[in-house]
Amino acid sequence: MTAPTDVGTGPVEPGPGQTLDLPVRTADGRKRTSNEQAERSIVSTADWHRPTVRWGLTGTQWLLLLLLLIIGLGPILWLAKASITSTQDTLRYPLQLFPNGVKWSNITAAWTRIHIGLYLKNTVILAAGSWAAQLFVATTAGYALSVLRPRYAAFLTGLVVSTLLVPAVVLLVPLYLTIVKPPLLGHSLINSYWAVWLPAAANAFNVILVKRFFDSLPREIFEAAKVDGAGPFRLFWSIVLPMSRPILGVVSVFAVITAWKDFLWPLLVLPDPNKQPVSVRLPNIALVTDLGTLLAAMFISTIVPLLLFLAFQRFFLRGAGLGGALKG
Amino acid sequence: MSTVAPSSSPDERVSLAQPRASAKAAGLEPASRAARRRTPASWVRGGGLSSLVFLLPMLLVFGLFSWFPIVRAVVMSFQDTNLATAPTWVGLDNYVTVLQDPLLWICVKNTLYFALLAFLFGYPVPLVLAVLMTEVKRMRGLFTVLAYIPVVIPPVVAVLLWKTFYDAGPTGAFNTILGWVGLGPYPWIQDVHWAMPSLVLEATWAAAGGTVIIYVAALTSVPAELYDAAEVDGASIWRKVWHVTMPQLRGVLLVTLLLQLIGTAQVFLEPFLFTGGGPLDSTRTIMLLIYKYAFGSSIGGAYGKATALSVMFALALGILSAIYFRVTRAWSQS
Repeated sequence: MTAPTDVGTGPVEPGPGQTLDLPVRTADGRKRTSNEQAERSIVSTADWHRPTVRWGLTGTQWLLLLLLLIIGLGPILWLAKASITSTQDTLRYPLQLFPNGVKWSNITAAWTRIHIGLYLKNTVILAAGSWAAQLFVATTAGYALSVLRPRYAAFLTGLVVSTLLVPAVVLLVPLYLTIVKPPLLGHSLINSYWAVWLPAAANAFNVILVKRFFDSLPREIFEAAKVDGAGPFRLFWSIVLPMSRPILGVVSVFAVITAWKDFLWPLLVLPDPNKQPVSVRLPNIALVTDLGTLLAAMFISTIVPLLLFLAFQRFFLRGAGLGGALKG
Repeated sequence: MSTVAPSSSPDERVSLAQPRASAKAAGLEPASRAARRRTPASWVRGGGLSSLVFLLPMLLVFGLFSWFPIVRAVVMSFQDTNLATAPTWVGLDNYVTVLQDPLLWICVKNTLYFALLAFLFGYPVPLVLAVLMTEVKRMRGLFTVLAYIPVVIPPVVAVLLWKTFYDAGPTGAFNTILGWVGLGPYPWIQDVHWAMPSLVLEATWAAAGGTVIIYVAALTSVPAELYDAAEVDGASIWRKVWHVTMPQLRGVLLVTLLLQLIGTAQVFLEPFLFTGGGPLDSTRTIMLLIYKYAFGSSIGGAYGKATALSVMFALALGILSAIYFRVTRAWSQS
């Protein structure tokens, strides 16, 4: 009798709870691990009890909140407003709220005339493929370099790290020519999504991040699994991957967001407009359409990454912090 | 469960991974220890093959799309390459023509100017934001999320949005706001002098959130005892900031400065989409020149010139980093 209720409430509770409580819980959780004793910052409790400090700091914090609301949320809210405002109103009264009424037709025009849906679909395909390719390469490589550790692992890790030192600009032209005439394949990869997916997978940052995480897993578990007869593939699939959800989450959100943001590379290797993602199409759309429709198209293409961020903040912010730690 | 038969022999491990290989290995006679080290079969049995299988995706992808193009960049910079005929060696010709291009020095100057402005606008802002944010007791999550939102907006959307804000007419969004306090209208991206600062302003807005998160993480890991000790010695808030927080953050601050310099030096999207390098080449950066050499003409790219400039640019950044580390190491030792 108790089992059904457990199953019933079990999956429901963490769902909404996670998305709502995450920022607070993450901030606390991370701090508690970094220093065990009572968490504190520059201003002490004694300082805080002095009226000047208290009022000054409280005032500063409200100002900070206001500033962050304006610079963080302001542009997005303006874009949302402008996407349902007529071009004339946006141009003439950019800071007024619907002086001549709401114009929903911008949104429909973005779907029917601009075909923003097609480009969103292309973006999703690009992001999904890049995600799969990056995760596949980073986990297999991280596993081999960290857990299996062949004798040449250190040398290979060095080779991977060394690519982090080469500025991306060096790769641009030779990589483009490699896509035009790939060495092993017979035909050009121009206008193929593989031209975006495969170079995205050659991401040294991912490999190092995953390898470091695998390094931190307790090796006793691997030994125990080996004694129980688990081979390298089973160890990878049933032990290492399930233990690595946090880092896989970080790599995943970065893979998707980077693919969503990418502009120059898809512009070069996907010249066919019907295959291009939104980021590549938008500057062209800007040239041929009215401002109202363009802003609606821009807002539509921002919703997905914004919602992804709000839903998975934990991974985003942890990843940003990790990036700092790795760079440092 | 049936696949994981309890077994202590090393052969069994491989059999799960590579049934065919292990069958081959099992067919062989058990060799002595010395011989086992050498033969391919023992290499397979020791896990060598499965390591290689796991490394294969990385080796292929990095080989084709990272290591090979890096080497190829250097080779191509000494060649005349087009897509129709085989490349020919031209020695240092590409380097000489690039260095003699009068546009190069304009681009170098613009790139340095962009990096300098980005440093002045963008370097102190995240630090101040992060220090203030770590003092927030409640709802710090909200502050962090707000600061990070610009980072997740697609850069192309951000640039096109700011292009609308930068409307030079008196009814442009920014000009309207500044008009409330009696300023403007300003020409923003349409003027030779205003264009670059306008680009930097947008770039700073777009990038600051990421650095804020790094600083917040660094600030929360400053040991509490240091602040406690400073208070025992009677330190004020400002002295704590100056004598405890800043020295503790020095390492992170030095690294983010170098990364910011390297990142801003390679700026492409902002000048490309805001101004296309104009007005009058006032925002044409080195990246835009590389793009122009390689992809800017319809008759075929000057790939040799583009890679020659890329290689010189990368070397310049590498030398900058080396000098930077040398100098800052001396600082952190003293």
